[in-house]
Amino acid sequence: MIEADEKNTAENTLVTEPLMEVRNISKRFPGVVALDDVSLQFFPGEVHAIVGENGAGKSTLMKIVSGAYTPDAGEIYLSGNKVSFAHPVEAQQKGISIIYQEFNLLPERTVAHNIFLGRESARFGTLDVRRMNREAVKVLKDLGVEKMISPTSLVSSLSVAEQQLLEIAKAISFKARVLIMDEPTAALTYTEVDLLVNLIDRLKQKGMAIIFISHRLKEVFDIAEKITVLKDGKLIKTVVKKDVSPAELVFLMVGRALDHYFPPLGSTEEFGDVVLRVENASNQIIKDINFELRKGEVLGVAGLQGSGRTELAQSLFGVMPFKSGKMELHGKAIAVKNPSKAIKNRMGFVTEDRKSEGLTPRQPIRDNILLTVRSVRSLLGLIFKDGVGSSRKLVPMLGQQVDIRTDSFDRETQFLSGGNQQKVVLAKWLASDADVFIFDEPTRGIDVESKAGIHDMIRALTKKGIAVLMISSELPEIIGMSDRVLVMADHRIAGELPARSSEQDIMLMATGHANAKNAEKTVRVEEE
Amino acid sequence: MTTITASDSWFKRTARSIHIPPVYFFLIVTFLVSGLLDQFYSDGQIFSNPAIMLNIIVRSVALGIVAVGQTLVILGASIDLSVAFTISITAVMSSYLMQGETARVPMAILAVFGIGLLIGLSNGLTITKLKVNPFIATLGMSLIIKGIINATFSNYTGSVPESFEFFGYGTIGPIPVSIFILLLVYLAGWFLLARTKFGAHLYGVGGNSEIARLSGVRTDRVLIGAHIICSMTAVLSGFFLVSLMRSGAPWVGPNGLYDLESIATTVIGGTALSGGKGGVWGTLAGVLIFGILDTTFNQLGVNPYLKMILRGAIIVLAVASYTIRSKKEAA
Amino acid sequence: MTTTTVTPPGGITTSLNNTWGWIKKIPPVYPVFFIIFIVLGFLNPVKYQSMNGIMTFLRTAAPLAVLAVGEMFVLASGGFDLTVGAIVTFVVLVSSKLLANDPSNALPAILIMLGIGIVIGLLNGLIVSYLKVPSFITTLGMMLLVRGSALYYVGGAPQGYLTDNWRAFGRNYFENVPVFERVPYALLILIGLAILSHFLFNRTNYGKQILAIGDNVRASQLSGVRVRLVRVLTFIFCALMAIIGGILIGGYGGVNVTIGEGLEMQSIAACVVGGVLLGGGKGSVPNVIFGAFTLQAIVNLLNMLGLPKPYTDVVQGLIIIVAVAYVGLSSQKKQ
Repeated sequence: MIEADEKNTAENTLVTEPLMEVRNISKRFPGVVALDDVSLQFFPGEVHAIVGENGAGKSTLMKIVSGAYTPDAGEIYLSGNKVSFAHPVEAQQKGISIIYQEFNLLPERTVAHNIFLGRESARFGTLDVRRMNREAVKVLKDLGVEKMISPTSLVSSLSVAEQQLLEIAKAISFKARVLIMDEPTAALTYTEVDLLVNLIDRLKQKGMAIIFISHRLKEVFDIAEKITVLKDGKLIKTVVKKDVSPAELVFLMVGRALDHYFPPLGSTEEFGDVVLRVENASNQIIKDINFELRKGEVLGVAGLQGSGRTELAQSLFGVMPFKSGKMELHGKAIAVKNPSKAIKNRMGFVTEDRKSEGLTPRQPIRDNILLTVRSVRSLLGLIFKDGVGSSRKLVPMLGQQVDIRTDSFDRETQFLSGGNQQKVVLAKWLASDADVFIFDEPTRGIDVESKAGIHDMIRALTKKGIAVLMISSELPEIIGMSDRVLVMADHRIAGELPARSSEQDIMLMATGHANAKNAEKTVRVEEE
Repeated sequence: MTTITASDSWFKRTARSIHIPPVYFFLIVTFLVSGLLDQFYSDGQIFSNPAIMLNIIVRSVALGIVAVGQTLVILGASIDLSVAFTISITAVMSSYLMQGETARVPMAILAVFGIGLLIGLSNGLTITKLKVNPFIATLGMSLIIKGIINATFSNYTGSVPESFEFFGYGTIGPIPVSIFILLLVYLAGWFLLARTKFGAHLYGVGGNSEIARLSGVRTDRVLIGAHIICSMTAVLSGFFLVSLMRSGAPWVGPNGLYDLESIATTVIGGTALSGGKGGVWGTLAGVLIFGILDTTFNQLGVNPYLKMILRGAIIVLAVASYTIRSKKEAA
Repeated sequence: MTTTTVTPPGGITTSLNNTWGWIKKIPPVYPVFFIIFIVLGFLNPVKYQSMNGIMTFLRTAAPLAVLAVGEMFVLASGGFDLTVGAIVTFVVLVSSKLLANDPSNALPAILIMLGIGIVIGLLNGLIVSYLKVPSFITTLGMMLLVRGSALYYVGGAPQGYLTDNWRAFGRNYFENVPVFERVPYALLILIGLAILSHFLFNRTNYGKQILAIGDNVRASQLSGVRVRLVRVLTFIFCALMAIIGGILIGGYGGVNVTIGEGLEMQSIAACVVGGVLLGGGKGSVPNVIFGAFTLQAIVNLLNMLGLPKPYTDVVQGLIIIVAVAYVGLSSQKKQ
């Protein structure tokens, strides 16, 4: 088994010189180390996949290589020459093109216009549209898709797969030698994936180096020759595909020491009645949702990015209501058509993006906490300095309960740390007396110290009989906090797992390899 | 929309690519409704009179010309509320400078275009470099222009020489010059948008300025250019009006509602307020719609104030017919 | 983010530190206003250093302040209301006809005006909330509608005069008041409205929800705020303030067709000078009132310096642009 990290440059060239190489790349963001001394080589004619959990550093690495970020340390080499980029356009011009999950296309413009935006060929400022269209056809031909896509079609009329092909064509037109794709198969059907695979073959034959980030292990195994595993910003291992099994790969991705201790899980005696029951609920995005939630328990919801977890939360809370099926809250059948209704029925939704959806940043902490209470009461309800109506002491009490560290509740929330901001959001829902809390990524972007505090808080909520639905991409958090785990995949519930399930089991179910027995076998082999 | 493949015949491709904006349907409806009103209230006198029909188009010229500029600016996801007073200052300054003498015409034209350039440049810079909201920037500018006009002129000033009146009254054969000019301006606008780098970049800036920027488009310059062109079209409209009226007065612009109506005609023509989508031919239909309505109201002797009420309502409803479909909350 | 507590060195240094900290927090509109007013007093002591003169000034400035307060509510909610100028025109022109030169019609006329104000505000709010037309365009269109309605109703020219009792609100004074000598009714009305508005804005659930939707409409929705209801009520409030402002203006100014033109920009300018963010989420009743006073003081100053009226339009346009740019660029720097 050949392992790239054992290699050292010149004398070990297996096929050819690496087309692109990164050495000792590090990158920090406030409070978090995104990449830590990562070195990798990418060879022409090879497909190299980068895998890892959410937050492992994959996107950061790709953004550095494509010129969107600058590294704090380390160098990038193209064909042996050191390069650096101040702007993504520079990287593009040097031959490194990246295709993001959300395409960089203008839907209301034609294919040809999109390909040549910013570098249209013109004489005296006048476009030669016919020539542009012809050039576009040439570009499309390079990819072999000239029969599928016409240069004069509007991008909005193309299917997602065709748009992706267009993005690739655009990259080729920049004479890309390295092509990076972020989750290329996420939005494609099986036949479209086959098309993409054929395309990638063509590109390989041209001597391009292809890099892609993916969570879908099936595709990783179908398409890639080399697979690199990143974890916590560090390079774990680069393996050759034929020498590794999916279960082994998953093990490489997730095996880690817990960085802090979670509060103890609940016990069955502590769980109360079913407070939320969903039967066969579906809407335009998620389908056939069935589950129960009891008082006092934490139901973790795991799954890969795009598996439908946030949509589940939004559906429960009335942001994107269910169109069919049944929902029962506190034993009563209800249809939650808008957030107001959810709040009145004592639901709370701590959203993933607290900045854009959870807080009013220029308002004081006090007003943020009391917003839910005020919204459901009379408009002319009076306010006194410390609280609403008779509950003057509510804000300081809640502030203490969730441990908000601030000198004054009149400070605008935009000036608080991430951890404190999240606590304000929590306090907001406590204020409205919610007894079913939905958390979407409760500790995302929060420093380690505050994380523990929030976890303790969540468990404290359950001790009071509150039911918690917790969506998280961080497996340690799921395992550490959940009394049960719902696993979602492809906008459905893939299955349910008990407390303290292994990370492998969860990941396998989430990636569509739900054959637990198989996983056990291969893991045992590894250990021997 | 079905995909046109490169192997389709040239004819098929051309036919499909000429998108006829849906607003032309509204134009036909408006035409028919006005025709009906005409029948009921004035025994069909309006539509059977070719002079009046021609008049509709001539009335549309002033609005039509400035609407092209507004369309460009809105395509760039901006807006220009200073066009009305730009038209006013054009009318006043040109007749003042010309003083009825043909010899002074070229100088006056240059000077006034210069003023338009300045206005457009200021608008563009305020919006791109000072990052002021386009509504506020251009509304503030309109106040400034208004102040300057009122400070210097209080009534009709100077006059336009007869030779200049050719613009407004002249004909080439049976067709008024102004209609040619209108068509020319629209063709120029179309050409600018469809066949120049500037146009392609403008659509990019309006559609998604971040993507445009990442592709190397000089977004600030493009937007400033759009604002300058818009002010210039306002100047051209002003020239047309002053040649019709033979002398310029300060209230010409705002009275004609050129700011609001240029926006409304652009929007009903299918150009999105958020930018990046649309074009001038739709605007032309919108202009004709307003022209028909205006003439019909006039001929039917509708009270001018009632007309004002209707125009306000039509403008709001016209924009609403497009925004009602959007999912985001407006502010 | 907690403030680091500095161990107080004690004595004078601390109290100086404290005073400076307190001074830095004063909104710029107050010092600006007082400076301009002092300059005015210097240039024309008779008018601006006498209690009489000050009260006259306040009578003139009060209507704009009322308009500014209403406008502030809409701005704080993240929108714009450009109908206020047309509403003033409407009040003055239509009342002149409604009164039919008969003082006993004053009360009904005023009530009718208030009712119409509610309708206008309702229309504005509904169009923005349900038809999703941006408030700038909605209120520009409504401005035409309202002005056109007024002109239509009176046939283009004022149809009578405004009776003395109707004009009392904007024109008359309480005489022989100790200390202040004479106090304009308009000032008292302003104070009353100011107290009411301040209370509504700062001490009710409604006011807090206005700020919430102006700050982050999405978060507000998710927190259960009835965004549409709040918004409609806000436009209604602004329209009512404009009606009252119109009554005050008609009071001391009398009838003429162009009255009210440009007031929408002036009220927005007053708010910007008073520190209101045009994007929404912030507002203060006393600040915008003094913003209005400042604007009026500037206008008076320019007049006194011999600058003809049109130039005040120019100055206003510049003030608005500069103020918005200043606020915009300095908040960018903060980030």
